[in-house]
Order: sequence, then C-alpha cells, then structure tokens
Amino acid sequence: MNLKSLSPAGPNGWVMVITLVALVLVPPYTVLANEPFFLDLVMRAVILSIAAVSLNLVLGYGGMISFGHAAYLGIGAYCVGIPGYYGIYDGVFQLLLVVAVCGVFALVTGLVCLRTRGVYFIMITLAFAQMVFYAMVSLDEYGGDDGLVIYERSRFPLGGAIGDSITLYYVCLAVLVATLLLVHRIVNSRFGLVIRGTAGNDARLQSLGLPTFRYRLICYVIAGIMCGIAGWLLGNFTLFISPEMMNWIRSGELIFMVVLGGAGSLFGPVLGTGAFITLEEFLSGFTVYWQLYFGIFLVLVVLFGRGGLHGFIEWLFRRRS
Amino acid sequence: MPPVAVAAAQIATLPAGRDTDMLLEVIDLYKAFGGVVATNHVSLEVREGEVHAVIGPNGAGKTTLVSQLTGELRPDGGRVRLAGRTITRMPTHRRARLGVARSFQITSVVNNLSVLENVLLAVQAHAGHNFRFWRPALRCRDLVDAAHASLQRVGLGELADRSAADLSHGEHRQLEIAMATATQPRLLLLDEPMAGMGREETVRMVDILNTIRGGPGILLIEHDMDAVFALADRISVLVNGAVIACDTPDAIRNNAQVKAAYLGED
Repeated sequence: MNLKSLSPAGPNGWVMVITLVALVLVPPYTVLANEPFFLDLVMRAVILSIAAVSLNLVLGYGGMISFGHAAYLGIGAYCVGIPGYYGIYDGVFQLLLVVAVCGVFALVTGLVCLRTRGVYFIMITLAFAQMVFYAMVSLDEYGGDDGLVIYERSRFPLGGAIGDSITLYYVCLAVLVATLLLVHRIVNSRFGLVIRGTAGNDARLQSLGLPTFRYRLICYVIAGIMCGIAGWLLGNFTLFISPEMMNWIRSGELIFMVVLGGAGSLFGPVLGTGAFITLEEFLSGFTVYWQLYFGIFLVLVVLFGRGGLHGFIEWLFRRRS
Repeated sequence: MPPVAVAAAQIATLPAGRDTDMLLEVIDLYKAFGGVVATNHVSLEVREGEVHAVIGPNGAGKTTLVSQLTGELRPDGGRVRLAGRTITRMPTHRRARLGVARSFQITSVVNNLSVLENVLLAVQAHAGHNFRFWRPALRCRDLVDAAHASLQRVGLGELADRSAADLSHGEHRQLEIAMATATQPRLLLLDEPMAGMGREETVRMVDILNTIRGGPGILLIEHDMDAVFALADRISVLVNGAVIACDTPDAIRNNAQVKAAYLGED
C-alpha cells in the first residue's frame, strides 16, 4: 500500500483535509474563547457524522434506503446505559456488546429486509426500528419512556478513561477518521465494487455469477455495527439514554444529512451533518417557527440540489478551471 | 448377442443428447403464463463450439426461452442440462459459475460504474473469492489485465475509463459482449446482440462474434437474417413457443414451412 491512494483527490479531498484539521483545532479554540457549549455542538455533529457515514455505505453506495438506521444509534447508546445501570462501565465490554447486538440485529433484520426492494425495503426497515423503539418504551426497568441517566463514562483497562469532554471529543474524532478510512477502503475494494454494482443493476451482477444477496447482507451488517459505535459515543456524550434516540424522525434526519451532503461520496455525509446542525442551530435562534423554514429548505435541496454539497463543490471548481 | 453388439445397440437407442460434445440440452421445456403458452415443449441442443441460432417472429417466446436457460424464469416442465448436469432449477448465479453467460436484449450494463469496472465485475465473478474488503480492486493487476484484454477484443479499449452511462447504443452492446466473454463462459446466450443497430455497427458486431466463435458454445437469438446466416452452424425456428424446424442455414432457407411462418413475412 502506498500513501497516494489515500491522499485527497480533487477539491472535495481538500475540503475533507481542511475540515478534519479544523475539527482537530476546535477544543483549543473553545478553551481559549471559553465557549464549552460550542464544543458540545461540534461533538454532536461529529458523532452524527459517523452515523451518517455508516448510513451512506448502505444508502449512497449500496442503494439500500434504510429508514431505520437510528435504531443502531439507540442500541449503541443502550449498550452504555444498561450495563451502567448494573454498575458496569468497562468500555471494552460495552463495545463488544455493541458489535454483538448491532451485528446480530442487522444480520437477522437484513435477512428479511434485503429480500425486498424499493419502497418495501424502506417500510420494512422502518418497521424493525419501530419495534426496537417500542420495546425500549415498554421496558420500565430501564426507564421506559423517560429514559435512563448514565452516571459515568466508559472506562478502559490500564486506567484509561474518557472522563472529560475534550478527551471524549478526540475519541469521537478518531472514530470518525477511522470510519472514513474504512469506508474509503471498502467501497474501492473488490467487495465494494460489487456493492456499488448492485446499486446500479443487481440483476446483471447475478447473471454474471455474483450472489449479490450475501454481499448486500454483509454490507448492511458492517454499516449497522459502525452506527452502533456512533451510538456508543452518543451515550457517553449525552450521559442519558431514551427511546427518542431511535425515533423514526432521527432515521429520517440521518437520511437527509446523507442526501444534503451527497449520497455516494466519501465525505459528503460529514458536510451534510455539519450543514444540518448549523442550520438547525441558526434557524432556531432566529425564530420559534424555524422548522417551517427548515422544511422549505429541505424541499428545495431535494428538488434542485442533486449531488448535494459534494456535487456542488465539484461543480464550483469545474466551472472555475 | 455378443457383449459388443449389446453395447452398440444401447448406444444406438440412447437419446442423441448423450453425445460427449453436447454442451446444452433443452428437453421438452414448457412454460405458460396464465393461459398463454410461451414455451411449448421445446427441445434443442448446443454442441461445444457451435453457434446455434434461434429465430422466430416477435412474441415467439425467444427471450422467455433464454430466461429459463439462465434461471431468471422457472420452467413449468421439462429439463435443462449443461454438459450432462441437470440445471433446471439452479439459481442464476450458480449457473453462471458453471459457465453460463448471457447478454441482454435490452442493454443491461451497470450505468453508475466505469466501462472498465463493468468488465472487472465480470472478471471478478469468474475469479470468485470477492470478499476482499481492503485492497483496491483497481490494483489487482491480473484482474484488471483480464478486463482490459476483454475490452480490447470488442474494440472498447480506448473507452475503459469512461462512465458506462456515456456510451452509445452500439458501444453498450459491445460492452455487453465484453462482460459476457470476460467470465470465460462455456455457453454464451446472446439475446439479440444486433438489436437497434445500424448497418455498420451490425457488421462490426458480426466481426466481433466471429472472433469469439469456436470457443464457447453460442446460442444466438437474432432478428437480423444476414447476421444469422453469416454466423450460425445450425438454426432452430421458434413459432408460438414451439420449434417448427431445426437444420443447417441452407436447409432452413429452403424450408417451405419456415418460409410460410416466418421468412415469407419479410
């Protein structure tokens, strides 16, 4: 492996490098400017970016429009909350739990969902996510509707802990970078070529002799586990879990972040999440009816913004050169 | 009777399909959609290296027949055998692994990928073991070389890096052939490879198919009679789902029944 394949290519590659460098510099800035709230805002964006990047793997590259991706976010967070309820704060144990639970959930639901296409796939992924949502609402032991407070962040062996916000922030950023690297390698690999091909013409790939169902199922499981890890970070960040985290509205927001940033582009979902959270923050400070304006904006983007922010940046630079 | 004579008698009574060079045998295949009989007790065979053309008027059931050979449709009755092995109910991707490749009547390439990536998928399918998650596919030298070779063969070498969506109709058909041959099939099912092509493109396609012939057995479904008579070793005529004649091109040309049912229309 040489470094060239990992270096940024084109304007979007540079946008990625500049954004990531800026994200590294956020904590010093918030300390110097004494704006801890800003760190929280960016941290939320980074965590949701990981979820969006994982959704993009199935939605953008694989053409599988999952409307239940927030379920993994919730499951990941509950993997911090429920062990915490029993006094277990071991991060290694929690992460193994995330991988196991999200992996099995994605495998079992994927076996059913991936037999359907188009709008049926959307509805059935939504249905499975709602099942988890209502299961958590009905579990009074773990707070039910009201949720559960987490008293401590995850601990790691050898005295490692993510006690303060800045440490947690850098952990989140590291996970984001690792997720981007992994997705980049996956979509360009032989496996990824099959995944991108199934999005375009699944029947053709089957007639070439590729059992596409298996490939799509594995892709679905990988994305589910990635999003579960984002949920684990979210639980550590909010120190509170509730079924609201896996509400279908959150699944819809994740889809929008991916589409806004550019489905099927590596860094697009991160830009989309950033834009989404910035707008949400800006508009809600501006007017109490912000959701109305937000809704109008969403409609306009879907109608006219093909390729999302990623496509927009490419178009901008192609025009200049 | 001496043992040798017994064996000889047995061979004589064996169905013709037991010849060793028999690649594809379709035996009494039947398929109906509701009341419409699309495939009416069709039997035909393709020998190793042979070009066997199937002609017939529109709606004769040619594409339905191909779809049952690839496994996209399940026949209601009859059998399909590939090199002596029954594959009647085998799923599409497993047949493909046994060496059955097809091109589609309606161009079917993967439009969101590049020309090279389309062929690379075909090469990968043949190579197997594709659960490789880390190494870039475009860096697997042997696979990429095989894909390039396949593109050169159909004259698309220059267009490897273009998006498949940007190709012309004729180039799409050439790409189809490149993908079908890249899997190194034993049996190639070509569903109207000349459909919608101009004179010049058709001539080029006949040239391309002539370079392939002799390798895989080819079942060619085609409307263009010049192309059929230029390429086929044998021709079966399909009318209303049934084979009404199967013979050499010369015999078919002079067959009264065929003339009445089909050729006479032109």
